[in-house]
Amino acid sequence: MAIELSPQTADGTVPSTFLDVRDLRVHFPTEDGLVKSVDGVSFALEKGKTLGIVGESGSGKSVTSLALLGLHKGTRAQVSGEVWLDGNELVGLSEAEMRALRGEKVSMIFQDPLSALHPFYTVGNQIAEAYMVHHKVSKKEAKERAVEMLKRVGIPQPDRRVSDYPHQFSGGMRQRAMIAMSLVCNPELLIADEPTTALDVTVQAQILDLIADLQEEYGSAVIIITHDLGVVSQVADDILVMYGGRRIEYGSAREVLKHPEHPYTWGLLQSMPSLTGDVHAKLNPIKGTPPSLINLPSGCAFNPRCAFKDRVPDGRCTTERPELRPMAGNEKHIAACHLADEEKAEIRGTRDKTDRLAK
Amino acid sequence: MSTTESIPEQKPASAAQSGGGENLLEVNGLQMHFPIRQGILFQRQIGAVRAVDGIDFAVKPGESLGLVGESGCGKSTTGRLVTRLLEPTAGSIRFDGEDITHKPVTKMRTARQQLQMIFQDPYSSLNPRHTVGTIIETPMRLNGINPEQGHKKRAQELLEIVGLNPEHYNRYPNEFSGGQRQRIGIARALALKPKLIVADEPVSALDVSIQAQVVNLLQSLQEEMGIAFLFIAHDLAVVRHFSQRVAVMYLGKIVEVGNREDIYARPRHPYTHALLSAVPEADPDGGDRERIRLAGDVPSPINPPSGCRFRTRCWKAQEKCATEEPPLVQISGNSAGHLTACHFPEEPSITSRDEDVVLDPALAALEESAGSGAAAESSTGEADKAATPEKSEKATDKD
Repeated sequence: MAIELSPQTADGTVPSTFLDVRDLRVHFPTEDGLVKSVDGVSFALEKGKTLGIVGESGSGKSVTSLALLGLHKGTRAQVSGEVWLDGNELVGLSEAEMRALRGEKVSMIFQDPLSALHPFYTVGNQIAEAYMVHHKVSKKEAKERAVEMLKRVGIPQPDRRVSDYPHQFSGGMRQRAMIAMSLVCNPELLIADEPTTALDVTVQAQILDLIADLQEEYGSAVIIITHDLGVVSQVADDILVMYGGRRIEYGSAREVLKHPEHPYTWGLLQSMPSLTGDVHAKLNPIKGTPPSLINLPSGCAFNPRCAFKDRVPDGRCTTERPELRPMAGNEKHIAACHLADEEKAEIRGTRDKTDRLAK
Repeated sequence: MSTTESIPEQKPASAAQSGGGENLLEVNGLQMHFPIRQGILFQRQIGAVRAVDGIDFAVKPGESLGLVGESGCGKSTTGRLVTRLLEPTAGSIRFDGEDITHKPVTKMRTARQQLQMIFQDPYSSLNPRHTVGTIIETPMRLNGINPEQGHKKRAQELLEIVGLNPEHYNRYPNEFSGGQRQRIGIARALALKPKLIVADEPVSALDVSIQAQVVNLLQSLQEEMGIAFLFIAHDLAVVRHFSQRVAVMYLGKIVEVGNREDIYARPRHPYTHALLSAVPEADPDGGDRERIRLAGDVPSPINPPSGCRFRTRCWKAQEKCATEEPPLVQISGNSAGHLTACHFPEEPSITSRDEDVVLDPALAALEESAGSGAAAESSTGEADKAATPEKSEKATDKD
């Protein structure tokens, strides 16, 4: 596992890790002001590993993924920072150069397969097209490849369904077709943006397992973006928690879920109802609502919703933005919070007695 | 595990349902078939979407009954039938001792005072051209309710109860966030002091931190005001938190119903097992849970499978399941009120079994190839891998 610890400097050296995102910023100028959707996000990912990006709506997780694919090119968005994929820098590439990589090296699974698939073309046609763009093959060969991919993702009677239109597929099958399309060129990096949010829970379980199994077979790196901590805990090796366009906690999935360090992550975990634990214990929601990205609160963006800011001396939470710092005993687990380790230990101590999640 | 387990003890469902205490809401044999018509001038009915196909349940005063199931199982239709937003094609609905199944719309108004609804989408269920005050007051005015303190005061009280600022009385819905709008919807439902609230996916459109706020609010309303809830949701964890009793629906039928503890710790129907095992938990250790991966999606309710409707996705299905529809009864070993509709029920436990049930052909194939690769490398895994091909064969048969 590679955790990027010196994130705030983009020095231009070629990194050794497969995917290295450094100080990525995506800003949208609007009439009301500059919307800083992503503001200095860095992470790294090795092949065969899965990174889960978690956050509420408006935390900048989807904008991050679009930036990785270069889909902000040609819009008003201002993208800066570096995205190194296998030794190539992506942010500075032209649209034409990016196009050559898209689908071949990086591909994406979108949340809503019905709007991501073209209603006018057959499913097979769309999968074959993605293959033909990157490979010099005949239409017949491409179609065979489409059938093979559909079979692989578990569409029954793939040779017949290949000439169906997206509306003839059910929700789960559409998402499978979408996965088939994104995997047709064996991409090395697969980005899944809320891949299961629109699906039923039994189908969600199938799709998550399918993504994990296919990853094992193809050895690609996967970024999975979701608001559901349950989903990331099933598939991710590392977890990045975003709030207000910034990273607030980053570490291995086990560390982040078992020993969360940021009050926001505590809040997310405590507001999730669970299938185990005391049913009579009340949920412990985070008060308030996510901040506006135009006017982030000063200091720590989470401070208006944080229950523990009184424990930090001199009101630093409202004046000084906390830097990401490694946690005691684990260099690879970083969080941005002013709370001293002793305070955290004390809060945990009182929490453990009442907390249904601390088992 | 014996699959030919017999069911010696069979009680008719209605007898077990009505036992113990007066029910606030009683639904018997409720059915909703939406006709499918064809033809331009002379439309003939060529079939029906059997959204709800004969269900029985009851809600006691102050109790919360959770209705769970996947999309298309008829849970929302059930909610709309109970509030009479849809006209049922058969069956009966008794509310507060009165038959409201086919009550004329003009007379429904009095019953609806006691029977309110909270909708899923907080954006489309509030009129954007009305102020919050108007939205909350309208039900009172329409029903001729004149509170002592006046409409405005009462509306402001309600805003305070649901955790909004009473000064926001004159604002419009677009000035509020999703969670706040859902609170306005709740205040509107409370305006008539209902005995039963039908909540149709009230939190599924909200972010997880906001979702917990709304669940807590509903819970305190239930406890403090003694309001009964029919809580419709697809999220099993939320339902577990909110409902004392839970009914699991599949393709227009209730397949299992029981107390929270029975459904979540001792489920008997294979579908309930599959649903529970599919819920992702934010615990990296995952606990000791069974793993069941069904194949495909829910079949179409236009032409549901014969016999047991779950049989096309069930790993225990036998000939009997295709010919004979299992009744919703108390299976031996279940506590009173825990009813299951299955010929070959599962063990009452959700801990992991010796062998995962993987019916999905793609998953089975991938795991088999991964498994054989691993088996070649190390001989330790061979014992449990040996059974995998058998499973995948079974899975492909089903398609």
